[in-house]
Amino acid sequence: MSWIGRSLPRLEDPALVKGAGNYVADVARGSASVRFVRSPVASGTILGVEKPDEGLVFTAADLDGVKGIKPILHRPDYVAIEQPVLPRDRVVFAGQAIAVVVAEDHATAEDLAEQVFVDIEPGDAALDVDLALQEGSPIVHEQASTNVLVEGKIRTSGLDAVLEQAAATIRMEIRSRRQAAMPLETRGGVAQYDRVTGRVTLFASVQMPHMLRTGIADVLGIPEADLRVVAPDVGGGFGQKMSLFPEYIILVWLARHLQRNLAWIEDRRENLMASTHSRDQAFTVTGAFSADGKLLGVDADMRSNVGAFSCYPVTCGVEPLMALAELPGPYAVKEYGARSRGVTTNTCMMAPYRGVSRPTLTFTMERMMDVAARRLGIDPIEIRRRNLVDTFPHRTPTGLIYDEGSYKATMESAVNAIDLPAFRERQKREWERGRYFGFGISVFNERTGYGTPAYAARGMDIVPGYEIVDCTMDPSGNVSVRIGASPHGQGLKTSLAQLVADELGVTPQMVKVISGDTDATPYGWGTFASRSMVIAGGASKLAAGKIASKLKVIAAAILESDPDNIDLNDGLAKIRNSNRSVPIAELARAAYHQSHKFPSVGAGLHENAIYDPAGTFSNASHASIVEVDVETGQVKIERFVVAEDAGVLINPMIVDGQIHGGVAQGIANALYEEIVYDDLGNCLTTSLADFLPPTMLEIPTIEILHSYTMSNASITKAKGVGEGGLIGAPASVINAVVDALSPFGIEIFEMPASPQRILDHIRGKRTA
Amino acid sequence: MTDKVNIALRVNGKSYAIAVEPRRSLADALREDCGLTGTHLGCEHGVCGACTVLVDGKPVRACLMFAVQVGETEVRTVEGLAKGEVLHPLQKQFWENHGLQCGFCTPGFLMLAAGALEADPDISDDELREVLSSNLCRCTGYQNIIKAVKLAAAEMRK
Repeated sequence: MSWIGRSLPRLEDPALVKGAGNYVADVARGSASVRFVRSPVASGTILGVEKPDEGLVFTAADLDGVKGIKPILHRPDYVAIEQPVLPRDRVVFAGQAIAVVVAEDHATAEDLAEQVFVDIEPGDAALDVDLALQEGSPIVHEQASTNVLVEGKIRTSGLDAVLEQAAATIRMEIRSRRQAAMPLETRGGVAQYDRVTGRVTLFASVQMPHMLRTGIADVLGIPEADLRVVAPDVGGGFGQKMSLFPEYIILVWLARHLQRNLAWIEDRRENLMASTHSRDQAFTVTGAFSADGKLLGVDADMRSNVGAFSCYPVTCGVEPLMALAELPGPYAVKEYGARSRGVTTNTCMMAPYRGVSRPTLTFTMERMMDVAARRLGIDPIEIRRRNLVDTFPHRTPTGLIYDEGSYKATMESAVNAIDLPAFRERQKREWERGRYFGFGISVFNERTGYGTPAYAARGMDIVPGYEIVDCTMDPSGNVSVRIGASPHGQGLKTSLAQLVADELGVTPQMVKVISGDTDATPYGWGTFASRSMVIAGGASKLAAGKIASKLKVIAAAILESDPDNIDLNDGLAKIRNSNRSVPIAELARAAYHQSHKFPSVGAGLHENAIYDPAGTFSNASHASIVEVDVETGQVKIERFVVAEDAGVLINPMIVDGQIHGGVAQGIANALYEEIVYDDLGNCLTTSLADFLPPTMLEIPTIEILHSYTMSNASITKAKGVGEGGLIGAPASVINAVVDALSPFGIEIFEMPASPQRILDHIRGKRTA
Repeated sequence: MTDKVNIALRVNGKSYAIAVEPRRSLADALREDCGLTGTHLGCEHGVCGACTVLVDGKPVRACLMFAVQVGETEVRTVEGLAKGEVLHPLQKQFWENHGLQCGFCTPGFLMLAAGALEADPDISDDELREVLSSNLCRCTGYQNIIKAVKLAAAEMRK
């Protein structure tokens, strides 16, 4: 019996539905409370910090010997900026931690923090990505001569010629406004000091526990062995919980300094103004098309606002360099030119958020296709058909190799599900009645499960990518799988248990997956970038496979057969095509307690394996139908169809869940969520009532269609699926909004397409 | 603000004699003083609903109510939903239908839905959606939450 492909209810859930989950704030009881005093201005010189007469208050002056955070990219165009754990002289964004207080409980800590007076001489702030590039803009970091911290360039030799000779050139100013990942659980850490060993255990709501251990140990100058990092149940991350933050460094420093247990649980206001942001991007893009709609070349100038610092370990190159490498997406384009800059400003730091750049890249390409189709008088589906990659492997102008996918087929499936001809008839009737319905499509591919080659190519000083998995079958025949990936809601423990169960012929319930504890798991890179199923899955399959081989040798010896004739299934090692078998639990016991009988196997059943793939591309197409209320600017999504291809689905229910959640965030990106700063650099969106995450009323039923391309780029044949929903949805929804408003002749190149922005467009056309 | 007040909270049928500052929220009292950490805090602004509990059967944002306001009322939290090892229909349907991913919003949704279904077992789908839109989830896209609640409602009507 195979467990792969079954929608097994998650093994994680019984505890979670009973309220017995163990999130970081749940281990905070009994700890003293830590609170940060944050900068009220975007830019300024610190003149002094006045502490109250009583209470524990610490500033940069107290942190002797603590280094700064300095993420490195080995690129000549990268300017490495050091982020002080607490600043001594200057603040560079509103919300930056300046001092830290410790008190018996949270409320008292807040009282104490309010008594700390920070004297700052405000300075000029650079806030907007394009203004920060202008001559005369305030310079955020004195060490850099401009605000550009990273700049990638590429230009193929034939681009100028196709731009000149094209039948149509489509030039667009694309703007993605700033957004935040907004996990429902904020950041937080609990540092526990062990008086016997001097070790600190840091429980933290993070995606990369090993990386955090390394980063904190480096900055504090302590051995990594003195620190244990545990990611307990984590209430969502979406990229926001990957980076090394000053708050965690200070928590560990304080626990060692004060020799006591301490907790910092971020509040929502801090989370929205001072954790990380994303997607603040401005692109100027020109597409060159032939008369028959072939995309001949793309020329792009892309600016990403990376905020005040560079995030560790992935650096501020993450958005701009992803943009540089992946703009053409699923479309075959020979000539490509791009300049992509990461621009520092006096705003909260940019860090990865589910999709990283690709929501904006897909928005760019998909808007371009629709505009070109209209300009050239070609059907929008047909123009995509003429340009989508359909021979694999495909090499892009930036050197990416696309493994097998189903780009055209998924688009056709999504469109067929909508019944476009019938919709077009209805659309006309509705327009006549003053109701505005529109259809939108997006097609994209998503690089997933990429190992060290991809990160090395980016020039990262810290090159993540591989995963090591330890797999043990104990003498009772139960299995433990220790992984360096660190799931936080993805159901990875269930999916891996299904995968390992199939390798070993046991049930998933017998497979315990252990993650998120640096004392209990091999060094690994955590969970991000749609990587865990592919990479930790691949390593789990390899490690379990080694144990399966040993079990077969033992079984063959007991059954007097050949190991190649043994199948492991339903708890039995069975000779193929016979009814002779031995329980796997018996083999496990023999491996430990009768090991002298199986010298070629050695003692016990403990194996590990490493998997470090080059990467594999999933793909999908999102089709949507929306109605726009032209009086209010509100958009209602009537249908949303996802046709996706992620290869083998280990647990289809979990895959669908990833798509649902991604699409919901994508709809939020398309229509609602925005982090807004005022002209002085104060964050105005500091509650969820301001940031506007969608509720159940805004998110429609999401229909999902699957295709299953088998690619050799992944040894489990599973491709990553974590980010896709969010990559494709904004483009589909906004294309549908534009289509609905086509009687007005409106084009939208900015997201979110909020009601106000949509109304401004409509009014603009009406007055014109 | 630091003078503590002695109060008795009745939670899930059990009495907790605790001393709290008047400014202590019900959520903090449940979590810190009663050790009932199943009630989660996602925003402390009353927006996300992760801290939803039932006070005399009505869904309440525990971050917006002071512990000293609770008085003689009966508070119910996620810890009181299952009967021993037997999951409440809502818990069971959330589990079987993948109504949760990270699980952080789940206790709030369970209590919100429990309050709504107990008040009106025959609540219409539209009303249910309206009620459930009180809370935020960042992982599931809500799809399987509404599915699970509808299935639980049907099961509870049996």
